[in-house]
Amino acid sequence: MTSVAGVATTCLVGNDNAHGKSSLNASDHSMGVLVDMPQCIGCRKCEFACQQAEGADVPPINTFEDKTVFDSYRRPSPECQTVVNRFPNPDDADRPVYSKINCLHCLDPACVSACLVGALQRQDDGSVTYDASKCMGCRYCMVACPFQIPSYEYDDAWAPRVRKCTLCFGRFDTATDAPACVKICPNDALVYGKRSELLQLAHDKIDADPDRYVNHVYGEHEAGGTSWLYLSSVPFEDLKFVQLGSTAPPRLTETIQHGVFKYFIPPLALYGVLAMIMRMGREPDGDGQRVDIDAESRAGHLILNAGERNGKQVRHLRRSRMTPSQRPHK
Amino acid sequence: MNVEPRPIRRKFATPGVAALILLALPGTAVIVFRLFAGLSAVTNLDHQHPWGLWIAIDVATGVALAAGGFTTAAIVYIFHREQYEALARPALLTALLGYTFVGLGLMVDLGRYYNIWHPAWPTMWQGNSVLFEVGMCVMCYLTVLYVEFLPAVCQPFIGRTAYPRLGRFCTSVNRVVERTVFLFIIAGVVLSCLHQSSLGTLMLIAPTKVHALWWTPILPLLFLISAIAVGIPIVIFESLYSSWSFGLKPEVDILSRLSKWVPPILGVYLAFKLGDLLIRGRFGLLADGSVPSLCFLAEIGLGVAVPMLLLLSDRVRRSGTGMLASSVLVVFGVALNRINVFLVSYEPPYATKTYFPSLGEVAVTVALISILILAYRAIVTWLPVLEHHDTDNTGHLTTRGVS
Repeated sequence: MTSVAGVATTCLVGNDNAHGKSSLNASDHSMGVLVDMPQCIGCRKCEFACQQAEGADVPPINTFEDKTVFDSYRRPSPECQTVVNRFPNPDDADRPVYSKINCLHCLDPACVSACLVGALQRQDDGSVTYDASKCMGCRYCMVACPFQIPSYEYDDAWAPRVRKCTLCFGRFDTATDAPACVKICPNDALVYGKRSELLQLAHDKIDADPDRYVNHVYGEHEAGGTSWLYLSSVPFEDLKFVQLGSTAPPRLTETIQHGVFKYFIPPLALYGVLAMIMRMGREPDGDGQRVDIDAESRAGHLILNAGERNGKQVRHLRRSRMTPSQRPHK
Repeated sequence: MNVEPRPIRRKFATPGVAALILLALPGTAVIVFRLFAGLSAVTNLDHQHPWGLWIAIDVATGVALAAGGFTTAAIVYIFHREQYEALARPALLTALLGYTFVGLGLMVDLGRYYNIWHPAWPTMWQGNSVLFEVGMCVMCYLTVLYVEFLPAVCQPFIGRTAYPRLGRFCTSVNRVVERTVFLFIIAGVVLSCLHQSSLGTLMLIAPTKVHALWWTPILPLLFLISAIAVGIPIVIFESLYSSWSFGLKPEVDILSRLSKWVPPILGVYLAFKLGDLLIRGRFGLLADGSVPSLCFLAEIGLGVAVPMLLLLSDRVRRSGTGMLASSVLVVFGVALNRINVFLVSYEPPYATKTYFPSLGEVAVTVALISILILAYRAIVTWLPVLEHHDTDNTGHLTTRGVS
């Protein structure tokens, strides 16, 4: 059984964070999971526990002992929010590397920033949750996610959902308990706790056994940092972990958005400038630029030839140089 | 010079209309099928490729090509180039129908289309989302477009003695709109600038998934410039096409004067596109012969550089065919740019296959475009949109018009 050894005592802080939605400040109080990949034996019990927690109709646990699924690389799907993959171990062919994939619960999640109706939210404890009742199914979250995690129920015609790990939010007490996958893990490959302490734990493990681990805690900085942290014995790129910078994707888009809408000044300023241009152009004559010479002369020609329609054409010509608001009403 | 917009009043049931109806049928059936069978039954979308043809063409390209509305409104009413007023109402109608069909296309694509109103509900506002801003701006702009178009709907009823009450109502609506329309016109231009550019910001949230030829922090600026650049060409195309289609005399004079402005704007766009590649040091990517590089070359070569050079020539600008061909190229270039940004450039890290639209997706897009053209044709047939000159049976102009 896992546990939360030593970290559990400090878990209480998790719920006390009143900062709410401010994702950037929440990092100090957020919870997370440390994945010690060399500890993982590929039993896939976490997959079973996850599906069970999600309320799915789960096949018996022994069906998860089937190792043939490892023959191909799998990604999370609407049915399984977490999947374990097997990779060859260059140092020891008999002990392959297993890597569990699921939502990493970013500290500054691109999906949350992308969601236009707030269906995706980052909660105080760091879990990124999904409210299907708000969702309109635009799937922009799937475009935004740098880890390519959310999947979609394309088969459902009436109420399809975005599917992703929610860190079992609302299903357990963060102070005393752990998410389903962490609870079932038989080999201490998963540790649930406060992210800041897990980070310390991860670095301590690397320092204590530098031959066992590559010197990189995946998730410490990737995409602005994630709540899930990974330790590995082989380079992360060999396990198909994406290489990401330390800037969270929403930083650029939100900077642009909030710049363009700062106190609504830029849109209002544009409105004002356009209104001024419109008004200036309305000043009667004097400004020869505005009058198209060809049109004028042709119109003049027309007026001379138009006989009884003369008056009407002049009116039209004059009318045409006004804004619609100045037009005489019929 | 100016002639009042009047209904065309041609026979509606023509072979062309029949062809459009035939084109619209399969896609309409697919939409009905999609409602009961779900997206997976009709699309090639998957967990790797959440956005496909419908978002790239029906939504992104639709918004770009509806830019004729705000560019013409700005030219005619804000910069007071009234000589182009004849083009304003048809451009307004194109924008109105364009955005309406953007909404319809989006509803086909949304998993929970019945929740499309959610972004407008204050408790669900999410101001950090670029898509929220796009959605709000499009909703507001659509309202603006409908208000601006109200006079065209009201005017035919004014003075109708058969329905005096309706006539009076239309007169007062028309009066209120004409007095306040300048507020809406400016708002329309502001809203357009905002969401045309934000449509480019959308993909910036996926820097690791969008091909480096297109992912640039100035994508919003490029989207805005290209929307402005396609505004005049789409108006030229539409005007020449509808003249041809209705057998009206094409407004070659007005259009060639307007087309003068296209090369400078295209030049600015081209400079930004190439300058951006140079500054980001990605020029080399153009030479690798891959599909993205070819798409990029087609986009800026055939779609920007060629029409720019063509329209620099007086001879091209004075000929209807020349203008039509160059305008079609610009429209192609901007449409391809949107398809490139939303489809071709999208390379998810764990992709096991490439996305290619299904027959069903193509059918729906074809159907939506056909119904849009049908709606345009129906509206100009019965409402005063086009300014045109009466022709007698022999096709000669009567005294009412001027050439």
